Amino acid sequence: MATFMMHMLVCGGTGCRASASDVLYENLKKEIKEQGLQDDVQVVTTGCFGFCEKGPIVKVIPDNTFYVSVEPADAKEIVAEHAVKGRRVKRLLYVDPVNKEQIADSKGMGFYKKQIRIALRNCGLIDPENIEEYLAADGYEAMGKVLAEMTPEEAIQEMVDSGLRGRGGGGFPTGIKWQIASKVAGDQKYVVCNADEGDPGAFMDRSILEGDPHSVLEAMVINGYCIGATKGLIYIRAEYPLAIKRLKIAIDQAREYGLLGTDILGSGFDFDIEIRYGAGAFVCGEETALIHSMEGERGEPTFKPPFPAQSGYLGKPTNVNNVETFANVPVIYNKGAKWFASIGTEKSKGTKVFALAGKINNVGLIEVPMGITLREVIFEIGGGIKDGKNFKAVQTGGPSGGCLTEKHLDTPIDFDNLIDAGSMMGSGGMIVMDEDDCMVAVAKFYLDFTVEESCGKCSPCRIGNKRLYELLEKIAQGKADKEDLDNLRNLSMVIRDTSLCGLGQTSPNPVLSTMDNFMDEYIAHVEKDNCPAGVCKDLIRYEIIPENCVGCTACARNCPVNCIAGERKQLHTIDQSLCIKCGACLEKCKFNAVAII
Amino acid sequence: MLITIQRKNQLMTKIKSLADLRKKKEDLQAKIALREKSDSPEGRVLVKVAMATCGIASGSKDVMEYIADELNKRNIDAIVSQTGCMGYCYAEPTIEVTLPGKEPVVYGDVDVKKADEIIEKYIRNQELVDGIIPVNYQTIENNKEE
Repeated sequence: MATFMMHMLVCGGTGCRASASDVLYENLKKEIKEQGLQDDVQVVTTGCFGFCEKGPIVKVIPDNTFYVSVEPADAKEIVAEHAVKGRRVKRLLYVDPVNKEQIADSKGMGFYKKQIRIALRNCGLIDPENIEEYLAADGYEAMGKVLAEMTPEEAIQEMVDSGLRGRGGGGFPTGIKWQIASKVAGDQKYVVCNADEGDPGAFMDRSILEGDPHSVLEAMVINGYCIGATKGLIYIRAEYPLAIKRLKIAIDQAREYGLLGTDILGSGFDFDIEIRYGAGAFVCGEETALIHSMEGERGEPTFKPPFPAQSGYLGKPTNVNNVETFANVPVIYNKGAKWFASIGTEKSKGTKVFALAGKINNVGLIEVPMGITLREVIFEIGGGIKDGKNFKAVQTGGPSGGCLTEKHLDTPIDFDNLIDAGSMMGSGGMIVMDEDDCMVAVAKFYLDFTVEESCGKCSPCRIGNKRLYELLEKIAQGKADKEDLDNLRNLSMVIRDTSLCGLGQTSPNPVLSTMDNFMDEYIAHVEKDNCPAGVCKDLIRYEIIPENCVGCTACARNCPVNCIAGERKQLHTIDQSLCIKCGACLEKCKFNAVAII
Repeated sequence: MLITIQRKNQLMTKIKSLADLRKKKEDLQAKIALREKSDSPEGRVLVKVAMATCGIASGSKDVMEYIADELNKRNIDAIVSQTGCMGYCYAEPTIEVTLPGKEPVVYGDVDVKKADEIIEKYIRNQELVDGIIPVNYQTIENNKEE
């Protein structure tokens, strides 16, 4: 069997394929065969490189040459020059947009530095159920160093210097939070890890707990040492069974190794961790509601102050941090606050994990330095919009956030910029929408979620959000008038200003931001009874285009309510009085003969 | 139940000090070095299967079981281990294969059939198989210079 000396990786992602990378692949194979190199050079198709803007991509191994915008006709030159003579084809190399230099080695490209994994450093590297692998990857080194070599004050100062801000959504400086909790006197203090990840579409905390549970445990011990707490609690929703299982294994192993329990590493410091289960209520991500839920009370928020740092779990001083925040902590002590502060923007340091979802090619989990632009995230890392459609908006911050549009694509992402743009960081959900998404329907979706999740304690949130939802429904049905739009905005403001906790204060954001950015769509619904994206069922109807219909019966066979009539090879018709507008006919038709009108 | 391979079942001794911890780490580091630098002296193949919720939902459990069984049956000296989410949720199940002395290669959309192809072609003959996912992030280790 031949051992290949060289590999040519041709991108087979949707974007590159649309630019004929499949033809390129065939051409490369053909050329290599012609040169008699088929036993030395192997051509392979790969998944998306994420660099679709400059596709099709060809990467040559072992010298890591990265060719961009390669056309099928370039195959001959690549094989003749690179494979035969060992010279790179200069005109196909990537040109750095800043200094205009050609970069041959993909490792030198800015694109591959766009993702830096800090919180996710061990996800995909170690076995999460084996503490020895975590130990080998510098695990518990930070904890050991802090316990043996630093005073709590020094350790807190390091955290303050790092500039780390809470990753759960609010963005409060973690070091300051620790400082406040450390200064409050109390016979018993608590460290709480908030693993109640509730945003629809967000799963970064779950992935960290599933992939690297020890990093959270280690950070909690450090946190306990800093503020003088000896007990830690992890509040996690019961619907994360795998994360819970791995956390339990991790806690048992850490106890076995003496890394949790009494007199940790001979420092005289005691700390142990317990798991508390939540029922998956969104409001319990709010720290006061979370604490009440752990106490066995109803998961309802209470007014702040007093802050949990003053009176938290069982009335004792409590520090609550989110999973991702904790996952950053050990690295900060291992590599230093200065190193951490060198990544990111002036006011937002480090990286942020985002769960990329929606109409994007590379759905997944990414970790990027603060200050990256939405354009880089969506079009370079995310690989662009699915099926070559047009970008419309991206929703960040879940039900508390808003929609960002084309004009925000080049805004550097950090806590403050997102708020200025009418959205928020939230916990890191990022849902990308294309031209087929109706913004009224999007706002309605999030309001539906909020209505469901409102705890009902304060009336602006309980009643106001319900009314907001009803107004949106009216608009989606084409029954609203202009006055309703004014009411929608006014009511949103009232809910935002008068709700008790963060849930209600931010719940109108999806409405306000879609109104700000897509008012024309609202007006189309109200004035023209028209849904421009063709989503709102009451405003659309499906029709068969006679010129295109060949009478294949595919639509009639798939219609769930049998409302399509027509014989084989005859024109079909839809009975509008029976149609439930499910869209099955549109999906099944291969001749573009069904249209939304 | 998840299968766990190569789980050690020996009695642990507690780690009693920072010095202890560092010594332990040194002992254990060889294990990870094999993964990071892939210069295994024994020439073992390392297969990591992403086993977070996204992977399991797409069938990574069956794939992991299959790979472990088949490598055994085909007498290939390899370590199969599970790991967390690599972030390529659109291409689950994903596996990372590290051949001795080579850079790790990630394969996406691995079902049993693909796994068989990877074992036969890549692991046995070092011949790359279609479906590679290019790695597009930096780890904190190679970010040292900044």
